[in-house]
Amino acid sequence: MEVFLAILVGVLFAGGIYCLLRRSVIRLIIGMILVSQGANLLVFVSAGIQKGEPPVIEAAAQTLEQPYADPLPQALVLTAIVIGFGFIAFALSLVYRAHKDLGNDDLNTYDRTEQ
Amino acid sequence: MDLLLILPFAIPLFAAVACVLFRESLRFQRLLSVLATFLMLGVSLVLIVDLSGGEILALRMGGWAVPMGIVMVADMLAAIMLTVSNAVGALVLVYSLGELDRSHQKRFFYPLYLLLLMGVNGSFLSGDIFNLYVWFEIMLLSSFVLLALGRKPAQIEGALKYVVINLFSSMLFLSAVGILYGKLGTLNMADLAVKLSQEPDAILLNTTTVLFMAAFGIKAGLFPLFFWLPASYHTPAHTISAVFAGLLTKVGVYALIRFFTLFFTQDIDFTHTLLLVLAVGTMVSGVLGAAAQFDFKRILSFHIISQIGYMIVGLGLMSTLALAGAIFYIVHHIIVKTNLFLIAGIVDRIQGSTDLKRLGGLYASRPWLAVLFFIPAFSLGGIPPLSGFWAKFSIIKAGLAEGAYWVVAAALLVGILTLFSMTKIWGEVFWKKRPEGEETPLANPSGTATMFFPVVAMALITLLLGFFAQPFFALAELAAEQLLDPGQYIEAVMGRTNG
Repeated sequence: MEVFLAILVGVLFAGGIYCLLRRSVIRLIIGMILVSQGANLLVFVSAGIQKGEPPVIEAAAQTLEQPYADPLPQALVLTAIVIGFGFIAFALSLVYRAHKDLGNDDLNTYDRTEQ
Repeated sequence: MDLLLILPFAIPLFAAVACVLFRESLRFQRLLSVLATFLMLGVSLVLIVDLSGGEILALRMGGWAVPMGIVMVADMLAAIMLTVSNAVGALVLVYSLGELDRSHQKRFFYPLYLLLLMGVNGSFLSGDIFNLYVWFEIMLLSSFVLLALGRKPAQIEGALKYVVINLFSSMLFLSAVGILYGKLGTLNMADLAVKLSQEPDAILLNTTTVLFMAAFGIKAGLFPLFFWLPASYHTPAHTISAVFAGLLTKVGVYALIRFFTLFFTQDIDFTHTLLLVLAVGTMVSGVLGAAAQFDFKRILSFHIISQIGYMIVGLGLMSTLALAGAIFYIVHHIIVKTNLFLIAGIVDRIQGSTDLKRLGGLYASRPWLAVLFFIPAFSLGGIPPLSGFWAKFSIIKAGLAEGAYWVVAAALLVGILTLFSMTKIWGEVFWKKRPEGEETPLANPSGTATMFFPVVAMALITLLLGFFAQPFFALAELAAEQLLDPGQYIEAVMGRTNG
């Protein structure tokens, strides 16, 4: 399972960076979404995945006993997903404005900051 | 006493919420945000006085035991960064009262500005790497909106470039946090330092280390990752450019200093040599980029990059003098660079442009403005006895002591080229005659008095840092000693029993 997810992280990053390097603005946004999902998944996988083991201390025990599912990466991913969502929403509104101003989505024509 | 550490981010949070609630009354928002920023400055000053004895404050949020919960930590470096950032934050806000038009103010300028400062302050205090990521995002998200505020087409484009590169760097940061957590099982900086110092195969972490370096390098504007900066910083209103130029890249520099002194020190030969190489690349490419520009704000943007190089040189050399020099350099740079952007704003208000070809004759018409420009500009160039001289001097002296002669040579060369850029602005804006046919937009622009106050205040701080450098440098040295002895930081966070 972890190997499969690790490969998936690689695919998401590769696909995302490929899209980021295209000239179209919409692909840029898609690339950003893919990269951010790749990063979220990486955080999720990196601490190891335990199936069916609750992160709860037994009534008799003082500490967590192995094996247990680490709840922290999931909390981190949840935070990161929300933040990423905000980023993407704002980036989309920017792209919409830029597209309205310029009338095309070719990044090579986005050179007004250089004038 | 520890609870003092909450105030630098609690004050702006509550003030920002109140500003949103009272969105109809700009007057209330203005009053409250000025009050809040000066209060934050007061808190930082109390903190710096408290910590000047060399102790380190740590606050365990929610009372959780150490590696579990989030800690906020203030050592001397954090206190210095807080003080200078909040001083700049308060002064730039005063400037905005004169500069910004109503449409900016109505589109939530004040709450966004306060949230930006909250993100900056939180980043300096955080003792937890994921928490640091969250503070970074708070800062970035409000900076995105501030950058696009005003909605000029060039601004939208600049903001788009800025958003994409910063999102990418945040994802690198997040991935690095995830990998590090997977390897070591902790996010607390002090705990990381302990675990890494006991790790026999710490060299295997070099990939993660470089991932962090790339993430912070993008945010700090390090070579070769800086191209987003001059493409976006000159587009928004001058107030916003000024606060970005002063604070945002320096948060990246702060994170680099924190990470590469506290826990990524297992393989100094590799990491810190790499940092030195990158720093020299940053200095040289930034200053050469500036030489080709002909716009007031774009020249200044490129100079941010070259100055970042000096700070990272201080980190790369890793001696007390070098780190103290780097910290002094950050303080000097934040004040001087913000001030130069503010002056560019005043020039724009008086003559209606920031294009050097269209400006001129200001020495004849406004000699006081010329004097005010002279102080930060030549401080940036490193003319004694202004603050930039002491900053450069200590970095170069540390470089000679460490035998890094090629770094010293580059630093000296870049200093001369910086001076060249500043004299270019001086010659074009103040010295040469105004080109024929250029109209002055307003004979007597309104609001300039409020705009002059922060410029004068920052010029005075620059003079103070230059003429009375000793006490300030002593604080920077204290901060550097704490950085080079991570045991103090670890003990403050983990407590004596564990340490």
